[in-house]
Amino acid sequence: MAGELLLEVENLAVSFRSRGAVADAVSDVSFRLHQGETLAMVGESGSGKSVTSLALMRLLPDAPQCQVRGSVKLRDKTGSGMLDVLALPEPQMQAVRGNNIAMVFQEPMTSLNPVKTIGAQITETIRLHRPMLARAAEDEAVRLLDLVGIPAPRQRLTAYPHQLSGGMRQRAMIAMALSCEPSVLIADEPTTALDVTIQAQILDLLKRLQEQTGMAVIFITHNLGVVAEIADRVMVMYSGRVVEQADVVPLFQQPLMPYTRGLLRSVPRLDLAGRRAGALYAIPGNVPDPRRPPPGCAFHPRCDSFADGRCNVEAPRLDSTADGRQVRCLRWPEFVA
Amino acid sequence: MTALVEIDSLQKHFPVGGGLFGRGKKQVRALDGVSLSIEKGEILSVVGESGSGKTTLGRTVLRLTDPTAGAIRFEGQDITSLSRRALRPFRQRMQLVFQDPFASLNPRQTVEQIVATPLAIHAGGSSATEKRERVADMLRLVGLQPHHADRYPHELSGGQRQRVGIARALILNPSFLVADEPVSALDVSIQAQVVNLLLELKEKLGLTILFIAHDLAVVGHISDRIAVMYLGRVVEVAETGTLFRSPRHPYTEALFSAAPIPDPTVRRSRVLLQGDIPSPIDPPSGCAFRTRCRHALPECATVVPPLRQVGPGHLSACIRDDIALQASIA
Repeated sequence: MAGELLLEVENLAVSFRSRGAVADAVSDVSFRLHQGETLAMVGESGSGKSVTSLALMRLLPDAPQCQVRGSVKLRDKTGSGMLDVLALPEPQMQAVRGNNIAMVFQEPMTSLNPVKTIGAQITETIRLHRPMLARAAEDEAVRLLDLVGIPAPRQRLTAYPHQLSGGMRQRAMIAMALSCEPSVLIADEPTTALDVTIQAQILDLLKRLQEQTGMAVIFITHNLGVVAEIADRVMVMYSGRVVEQADVVPLFQQPLMPYTRGLLRSVPRLDLAGRRAGALYAIPGNVPDPRRPPPGCAFHPRCDSFADGRCNVEAPRLDSTADGRQVRCLRWPEFVA
Repeated sequence: MTALVEIDSLQKHFPVGGGLFGRGKKQVRALDGVSLSIEKGEILSVVGESGSGKTTLGRTVLRLTDPTAGAIRFEGQDITSLSRRALRPFRQRMQLVFQDPFASLNPRQTVEQIVATPLAIHAGGSSATEKRERVADMLRLVGLQPHHADRYPHELSGGQRQRVGIARALILNPSFLVADEPVSALDVSIQAQVVNLLLELKEKLGLTILFIAHDLAVVGHISDRIAVMYLGRVVEVAETGTLFRSPRHPYTEALFSAAPIPDPTVRRSRVLLQGDIPSPIDPPSGCAFRTRCRHALPECATVVPPLRQVGPGHLSACIRDDIALQASIA
């Protein structure tokens, strides 16, 4: 599975400044991504998933509103080692975006231009990155639309986004993201707005494309069913921090961080459908406000394994376990047994 | 069991396009002959892809839009063509919980004003202290604190806002609730809280709930029975366990097999549907699902298959009895 190292993120931190107040949206995020791998980033709204991915794409606003620290190293497709993404000048970054790392957004209706045809939008992307005549770019667009399973691709070139269904729009977005054969694709909740039947088609498509091209995927979602289906590795985020990272099977079978455990338990089990298995497990309380994070472990006010005097005082570090997992919890060694 | 709500051949068509005098107008067949009965005290879920008519069904049953044809009976009484005035006593007994707790609460009103609005409309004359007490009771019932009454929606989290929406729906002691995707806008950890609340309230207050949703795991947990809709028609109805374990309609099979299972060690074969749901303006002839159905026969194009009994309490609208369908769970 593990091919070449494509992306290495170390101690990534993002903070926003508004009206004098500073909010740490993301801190201390580190991970690696290899060729052909799918990393699922899981967490609730406000946990920092999207901010992390925007930081990787360098799409966040500039300082002083927004400060990005840490290091993001991305393998250069042309083969000359690793690029220092956070230090690249913007013109060079524009060449990296799309070519090396591309992104698919949640809502295809708002991320496509409503007054341009699908064909115009895809050929524009292609020609921006690859020197190509209009005619050839059009043929390439047809090939891409066909690749992502859009029927009658040549006719679709003249269609406007509103003429396509949600699933078709999302396919068109994926086609656009793939137009320069990026080695890393970030998919930010790409199926959340879609029906389950269409979601199944899109997941299938991503898996197929990944097998063909060996690209690595960062899949952002809050749907644990989707995670179980596509991920090789899972990174769970809470309140702007990575709280657990592990391969998908051990994570589902033995979550070490109480938050992960709670999330997994709060999903209704399909195999118990209709059995009325009693109340669902629910994590009490709400996600903390990033401007006023609780002291100690950010999850302690909602945690069922909370130890007074420890969890509300000491901020846990991200520990590495013997079997290559990472967990941020003061009490995790007690949960291993 | 007795039926609280009976829906009989309900149709709702929306005109689209057409010229100035409505010539050549087309119809969106949002509901195309839906018959269902909702038993007292049950949670009946309606599932289906977007565009299948779930939301229109909920709104038409509450008479928030007028049906094109068909009948709705509430506790045996036909309410299909009651005037607004005659409908008022019924309105109190049937309420709606909306999907988006951010859009469905007035940002300029306090929680107390929001929750008390139905009282002002239907039970005018009660004193301010009575109202305040009633609101406090309601907030406690849905797991909020009386001090939340003075807050504004933006001060509350998504889960708390949805609780406010539920409190508003319950303040007139309704017997029937339509919940239209009440948890799909919420975070996973908050979803479970609201699902538990709905189940608890159903027991405590003896509510009957029409639950509209697309998350099959939530539906499997919360419902007594499930109705599956496709292009404005009900294609299958059964008890929850039956539908998950032995579906009889090919659409149910495909829809349920598309739901991802939160267990990475389970790899099941999936019935992948091709393409999208067809346009309800020009639905396919005969069985509307035939264009995406892997079991379709030439006959499927000619007749609209009626819902017929295929087991105890189990109805399905498919002419093929001879096929073995895959269950979504063992």
